[in-house]
Amino acid sequence: MSLLEIDHLSKRFGGVVAVDDCSLSVPAGSITGLIGPNGSGKTTIFNLVTGFIARDQGGIRFKSQSIAGLGPDRVFDRGIGRTFQLARIFPRLTALENLLVPVRRSGLRALFSRAAWGNEKARAMEMLEFLEIAHVAGALGGSLSYGQRKLLELGAVMMSEPELVLLDEPAGGVNPALLERIADRLTRLNARGTTFLIVEHNMGFVMKLCSEVIVVHRGRQIANGNPEAVRTDPAVLDAYLGA
Amino acid sequence: MRLRDKRFLAGLALLLIFIIALVFPAIAPDSSTTNMGVFTLMYVGLATAWNIMGGYTGYISLGHAGFFGFGSYALGLLLAKLGIQGGYTPFLFVPLAGILTALLAVVVGWFALRTRAATFVIVTIAFMFILQLLAENLVGLTGGGAGLGFPSPPWRGAFYNIPFYYAMLVLALLGLGVSWWIRRSKFGLGLLAIRDDEDKALAVGVPAGAFKLTAFVVSAALVGMIGGVYGYYVTFIYPQFVVDPLIGISMVLMVFLGGLGTLGGPVLGALILEPAQLWLAYQYGASRLYLVFYASVFLLVILLMPRGIIPSVRDLLARWRARAGGSNGAPGAMREPPAAAQEGAAP
Repeated sequence: MSLLEIDHLSKRFGGVVAVDDCSLSVPAGSITGLIGPNGSGKTTIFNLVTGFIARDQGGIRFKSQSIAGLGPDRVFDRGIGRTFQLARIFPRLTALENLLVPVRRSGLRALFSRAAWGNEKARAMEMLEFLEIAHVAGALGGSLSYGQRKLLELGAVMMSEPELVLLDEPAGGVNPALLERIADRLTRLNARGTTFLIVEHNMGFVMKLCSEVIVVHRGRQIANGNPEAVRTDPAVLDAYLGA
Repeated sequence: MRLRDKRFLAGLALLLIFIIALVFPAIAPDSSTTNMGVFTLMYVGLATAWNIMGGYTGYISLGHAGFFGFGSYALGLLLAKLGIQGGYTPFLFVPLAGILTALLAVVVGWFALRTRAATFVIVTIAFMFILQLLAENLVGLTGGGAGLGFPSPPWRGAFYNIPFYYAMLVLALLGLGVSWWIRRSKFGLGLLAIRDDEDKALAVGVPAGAFKLTAFVVSAALVGMIGGVYGYYVTFIYPQFVVDPLIGISMVLMVFLGGLGTLGGPVLGALILEPAQLWLAYQYGASRLYLVFYASVFLLVILLMPRGIIPSVRDLLARWRARAGGSNGAPGAMREPPAAAQEGAAP
């Protein structure tokens, strides 16, 4: 069963066609890789799905319901979280506060409810411990290392227990040891029921982690399937090595 | 020092300041001192209210003087239309002036908050001047350049200032209470997230538009109420004096001096700048020398303490503690467990 379905989606920036009549789907419970050469439209697809930019045409459905046209906060509220290519956290908030920011609408009362607040704080500490960065709970986000920011950004998204998380280059700029830790945490979160769609250039990371891989080129899907099948697909080889 | 001790000391200091503020007119009952008290408390309230929007969300409004003037006119017109006489009764209508200002802020904010950064600043300035022009030109309603009169307060002599002093104290405390409540809530955390990175805040579900509008309206309502009391205090208002860009700039400067986005910063800024400005005005008459003083302070703050006194002192103490403890901790890198997340923190 597909959790996310993109149907004939298009986006043009002036004369540049970033996403061109693209259709793809993400199976529920999977870790799906979204790969393609630079400029193939991967991040644009993320931005379209999460409501950061408006589509020109096409449909986006999440759990069989259309989310096209919704703003980023409404998309998050439906259960889709995302991270950014360069880790984005709130630099003047502490690590713990960073995890307390995410809001999934539960009424005005929750914004001021003491009981809900205490419960969230406990969950945020658990999340920091899970990510092995509890020792920086009181440190300002801006003072953290890049790797810690990556983990913190992931933790912030996971705080609201989204069904689908879009990760934009989680392996970008992190050392091999941290990469292992990120992969491990993603696998464990996936085992708990979270679906991931990952944009990544590190093919070793993608092949190891993903059960499904979708390849896009010039804004269109050119292949999909299991990592082994995709690796040997002539269209994929042509996209990466040709032209 | 442990967190509990720090909080106890902070609470004690606040209690002491509150008691001093409460008995201040009895300690210094002469008119010029209580007048200074009225204006200082007015700016404590204004700066605190402005900080709810400008400090917490990072949206710098230079048009809050428009809300101050609107609140002033709203109360004056309400009292005139309802035929309310001078005395304590006009104070009961101050919340109504706040509500009317809030309604105006919903409309202004609806448009202004579609912009960001410098554009937002310009839109708020434009709003203020539009309001000033309207106040000057809607002669039938506002009296135009001839001004609008309030009912005369019945108090005479040294007592005249006292009811206004306590009215401003109540509004300043209300502003501080609201600011404290917001700062320690998830809503307040959302505002701070917007200040840091609005797109990221949206990506984690913060409904930035609704949050910003709420902060803008709350901030404007408080400013409008203070404007109302000010109008009644001076008994006659003119467009250029109540919709005065200098009032708006003063609020901003006080917040920047004390510490943008902090709870105590606006209070500290107002306690330093307003008495100094009044003292200069008393000493040098209407020479407007205080404007040179304001400009100098602004330059010094930007050059030496761009984050304001409270964050700068906090950093200095952290550096000093790190040095005393032989650690290389980066100043400002660590904070107490977050205010919003502390054990037993009020929601």
